[in-house]
Amino acid sequence: MTPRLAWRLLPPLAVAALLVAAWQAWVTLAAVPAYIVPSPRLVAHTLVADRALLAASLGITLGVALQALAVALVVGVLVAIAFAQSRWIEASFYPYAVLLQVTPIVAIAPLVIIWVKDTHVALVLCAAVVALFPVIANTTLGLRSVDPGLRDLFRLNRATRWQTLTRLAIPSALPYFFGGLRVATGLALIGAVVAEFVAGTGGQGAGLAYQILMAGIQLNVPRLFAALVLIAAAGVVLFSCASLLAWLALRHWHESELPPR
Amino acid sequence: MSAAPVLAVDAVGHTFPSGTTALTGVSLAIADGEFVALLGPSGCGKTTLLSLLAGLAAPTAGSIAWWGEPLPPPGRPFGYVFQAPTLMPWARVAANVRLPLELRGSDRATAQRAALAALARVGLAEFADAWPRELSGGMRMRASIARALVASPLLLLLDEPFAALDEFARNRLDDELSHWWRDAGFTAVFVTHSIQEAVFLATRVVVMAARPGRVIADLAIDAPFPRGPAWRASPAFATLCADISRRVAAAAERAA
Repeated sequence: MTPRLAWRLLPPLAVAALLVAAWQAWVTLAAVPAYIVPSPRLVAHTLVADRALLAASLGITLGVALQALAVALVVGVLVAIAFAQSRWIEASFYPYAVLLQVTPIVAIAPLVIIWVKDTHVALVLCAAVVALFPVIANTTLGLRSVDPGLRDLFRLNRATRWQTLTRLAIPSALPYFFGGLRVATGLALIGAVVAEFVAGTGGQGAGLAYQILMAGIQLNVPRLFAALVLIAAAGVVLFSCASLLAWLALRHWHESELPPR
Repeated sequence: MSAAPVLAVDAVGHTFPSGTTALTGVSLAIADGEFVALLGPSGCGKTTLLSLLAGLAAPTAGSIAWWGEPLPPPGRPFGYVFQAPTLMPWARVAANVRLPLELRGSDRATAQRAALAALARVGLAEFADAWPRELSGGMRMRASIARALVASPLLLLLDEPFAALDEFARNRLDDELSHWWRDAGFTAVFVTHSIQEAVFLATRVVVMAARPGRVIADLAIDAPFPRGPAWRASPAFATLCADISRRVAAAAERAA
């Protein structure tokens, strides 16, 4: 590990250690019962004891979230490229992208689950709808944020539409796209969990949301907390992966990823 | 080569959609091998005229012919150097310089050879693999000129390329540009608001005035080449600069 990476990881880890210590101290000193707020030790213990059940559920929820993210990225980028081709297309369809964004997923998830036979596909669709908008909005903005001088340069050299898209517009849009990707990873996970809540899938296809639901009904609060911790950790890991990708793509040239002087 | 001038500008006027008139009644013939400086204060339409010469916009009045043709002929590439270096930040210097050739269908190896030669010519041979952000302002401008020269253009259009540089760097690049022009034998149109720069570089200075943008004088600069610091320090240079300065001031007074 490089010293710079260590310096970036250390402060948030220190904050986490402090919070966990405070939580442990409060639960112990105030004698809070485990069915209200379990201690961090008990949550950790539950994570280990229920690992088979929780790991399977985590795999299912992560699977839905990642597939939804993939769908959102492919669809979002294609829609953004279509928008960037003409103001007409953008003006005609952008309001519907916004409509998709402002409609609460909880409200349309039951419909999607009725319409789509395969529950897994229905879950992926719901989560993808949630993750789609930031990808469209950011990528469209990026594709339009091309240096006018470079645009003239491409025109002067008689670049084709395809050359202008692949060699100018898409590289210019990358920093914006990665901004959208970071937001979309979190939203895909949230979308997956919300859709699972609505679908209430149990048995083989039980995701973390189902475990939270069941644990709540059974008053198994430590397991509920363990599932919550896993969701939060999955979110952090997904976000970090998105940040890593952004760094790999932009580290040589974009201000956002340059090392401080 | 045909006898037609490289550029024939005939009674060109340009009015923006907002109604602002940028140029009116500009006529100009530029012959093969000339170095023409378009000189004038800001707002005189010199940059607009250059973008019309590049074919980036069509004039709203009059006409322009390129080698006697009504549109820039695709087979005769011309170079364009912008006010800013305008490099693609995501591409290494050599890849930036290769771009015009690659857009015109060259394979990468051929383009890379030409790019390295162009970079060597502008003194950036060791920086082919650098990122644009790693270069100084003057070096970025050199890379930008290498890109404009890479396709061996017959016509090079330059829009105040050195205006953002300090005086030392500007004088040095002026010296070298004069050299490159004589070596490569292209026709150059150089927009500037610096009288010294125009008189130093050009075989002909076209003086423009503002509101509305128009040509007020068209002067031949007969000093011999190669020109260097000695020309910049000569009495003839100072006399020419003073004369042009007077004409610009008189035009500004009449307009006011």
